[in-house]
Amino acid sequence: MTTPIATSQTILVVGGGISGMTAALEAAECGKQVILLEKSPTLGGRTALLYRYFPKLCHPVCGLEINLRRLKGNRNVRVLTLSEVSRITGERGNYTVEVTVSPRYVNENCTACGECAKAVAAEVPNPYNYGLDKMKVAYLPHDMAYPLRYVLDPSAVGTEDAGKAKAACKYDAINPDMKHEEMELTVGAIIWATGWQPYDAAKIQPYGYGRYPNVITSLEFERMSDPHGPTGGKILRPSDGKEAKNIAFIQCAGSRDENHLRHCSRICCMASLKQTQYVREACGEEGKSTVYYIDIRAIDRFEDFYQKVRKDPSVRFVKSKVARIAQESRSGDLILHGVDTEGYHRYANNHDLVVLAVGMAPPVKGVDIPAEILADSSGFLEPGSSIFGAGCASGPLDVNRSVQHATAAALRAIQVINKAAGEEASV
Amino acid sequence: MNELNIKYHNNFLMEVEENVEEGKWVKMCMQCGVCSGSCPFGPHWAHPPQELFMMVRAGKRADVLNSDSMWMCTSCYNCVVRCPRKLPITQIMHGLAAYANHLGMAPKTQPTRDFSLLFWKNCTRTGRVNELRLTLGLYFNDGFMAGIRKGWAMRGIGLGLMKAGRLNAFELFKGHVCKDRKGVHAMLKKAAEIEQRRKHPAS
Ligand SMILES: Cc1cc2nc3c(=O)[nH]c(=O)nc-3n(C[C@H](O)[C@H](O)[C@H](O)COP(=O)(O)OP(=O)(O)OC[C@H]3O[C@@H](n4cnc5c(N)ncnc54)[C@H](O)[C@@H]3O)c2cc1C
Ligand code: SF4
Ligand code: SF4
Ligand code: SF4
Ligand code: SF4
Repeated sequence: MTTPIATSQTILVVGGGISGMTAALEAAECGKQVILLEKSPTLGGRTALLYRYFPKLCHPVCGLEINLRRLKGNRNVRVLTLSEVSRITGERGNYTVEVTVSPRYVNENCTACGECAKAVAAEVPNPYNYGLDKMKVAYLPHDMAYPLRYVLDPSAVGTEDAGKAKAACKYDAINPDMKHEEMELTVGAIIWATGWQPYDAAKIQPYGYGRYPNVITSLEFERMSDPHGPTGGKILRPSDGKEAKNIAFIQCAGSRDENHLRHCSRICCMASLKQTQYVREACGEEGKSTVYYIDIRAIDRFEDFYQKVRKDPSVRFVKSKVARIAQESRSGDLILHGVDTEGYHRYANNHDLVVLAVGMAPPVKGVDIPAEILADSSGFLEPGSSIFGAGCASGPLDVNRSVQHATAAALRAIQVINKAAGEEASV
Repeated sequence: MNELNIKYHNNFLMEVEENVEEGKWVKMCMQCGVCSGSCPFGPHWAHPPQELFMMVRAGKRADVLNSDSMWMCTSCYNCVVRCPRKLPITQIMHGLAAYANHLGMAPKTQPTRDFSLLFWKNCTRTGRVNELRLTLGLYFNDGFMAGIRKGWAMRGIGLGLMKAGRLNAFELFKGHVCKDRKGVHAMLKKAAEIEQRRKHPAS
């Protein structure tokens, strides 16, 4: 791999989700040189793993496609995948960034024909479906992957499968001898768009995630609802593969909780409201959704969406934070215990599937961000850091707000670059 | 005070903050319901913690202080470990009970309260708990005949304990006293003074 030419006139964007892509494109379309650095083998981030977007319930594919087209048509952005920042030195206007690039074991010749995937035998849990199914060790992350190039999983290297994949490839694209590479970039401004991570649901002990198979996260539910997902769009119970018809959504699972995440994750109320409509789509009138909530936070223009769901007879709302979940061992059904705070009624409600609306945690709390930065009490980037946060790296945001936020970050980075250029010119 | 003010005594939250142990936390409750849903007493008491906290904030002074709900708390701490706002719920429950007792507003025939008073008297008198007297005191709490009946019913256990050397009948008459009984009393007196001073710094 050749190290891209970078100068103090270059903007580095770390994280290739919707926020990073937006920041990179906005700056590039203003004529700036941009390097977009992504840790995983593909751009797109978590939005590529959603079935539909609220509030209009459109498919994320179209938003991503527009951005990918912009990217392909722009010569100012260089994309580095499988890359991570290991160290940043210097200051605003002149940074030196050390980057580690992991091997993909597949080179530019790849046409994404898929023959290598057919040839290999071993499988690994599929992270793009949150481990709900498995994928071959030679794989394409998902249909929207960019670059559209296969990956050979490191676990296959040195095994028979690597040889099989190589033999199956007609384009000489597979190279199991690729090594890790280190490179050093000089850049003038840095935008940090590393997004978010789902809060580890297993830590919410009374809800039994990880112990009860039919307690899943909202992210797993997104994949399940997607016709291209692991269940072909059917809402199936992990315990017995039966179709779930009586589904509970538990809000604030890990958010607004001093024992877990202190902040409100802001999007999970809307995400659950949206997901009740997936239930309706998958099961029709037979599907029943029950939303257990402290209060519904459908911010500003989303109120209309909330009111619409309120009127849906298939959706029931219970104002209560569920105290604990028990499992009926024979049926695998779940019994939710708590108190309905509208009237202080105790309940013990049966459901066949429970979806935890998990909170948004910062990507990797504090540690992974090498240079000196400011983080708030939850670990999100604060404004005023020398590195500009964009999108969910700075706090829980939906896609629309992430994009706005990323555009603002691009503007700030451009100002730094222009200032540096001005200073150079005046010397 | 107008009628509404009398009905919803809105200074009650402040009163609780000043006088009840950990009372300053009551305003932090976000009424999520987890404590009520977690309490093993479930439906068996009038007001679960979350409801009590709402009543405090709504100024329902008499309803709260006359209630026997906070006397029911067994200190299992289920609610405390789950409360998303980390309220020291158990302490507040006991704090409310103690405050109601202090004001003479606690329910008169509440078994937990009866036992607490008996226990306190028993252990502060000599500086140590006299188990035999405490047990018998409890038996006779409901009247003389009830006490005899209870004692008769439990005689097997009593005899067993005696044989095992776990119970000494003479404790009923003389009983052990702690070495420095005066010291214990002085300490309790001092503690009461400090408590008084903390509550009314001016006096
Ligand atoms: C259940 C659920 C449903 C949702 N539904 C909707 C919806 O319907 N509509 C809506 O508007 N929003 C929705 N959201 C919110 C949406 O997912 C986010 O707004 C969006 O993902 C934010 O994009 P991002 O680019 O900031 O972060 P991400 O999507 O997390 O992207 C971050 C990228 O950075 C990369 N990265 C991370 N760390 C590093 C590193 N150290 N170095 C390099 N790269 C790194 C990651 O691999 C990733 O590609 C939903 C969220 C949840 C939880
Ligand atoms: S690596 Fe080769 S076989 Fe595999 S998808 Fe690419 S071109 Fe096809
Ligand atoms: S958005 Fe809703 S579910 Fe998510 S943390 Fe906030 S209140 Fe809870
Ligand atoms: S669990 Fe805590 S915040 Fe929730 S109702 Fe009880 S005291 Fe209030
Ligand atoms: S500590 Fe008291 S109030 Fe809390 S759950 Fe246990 S019994 Fe109920």
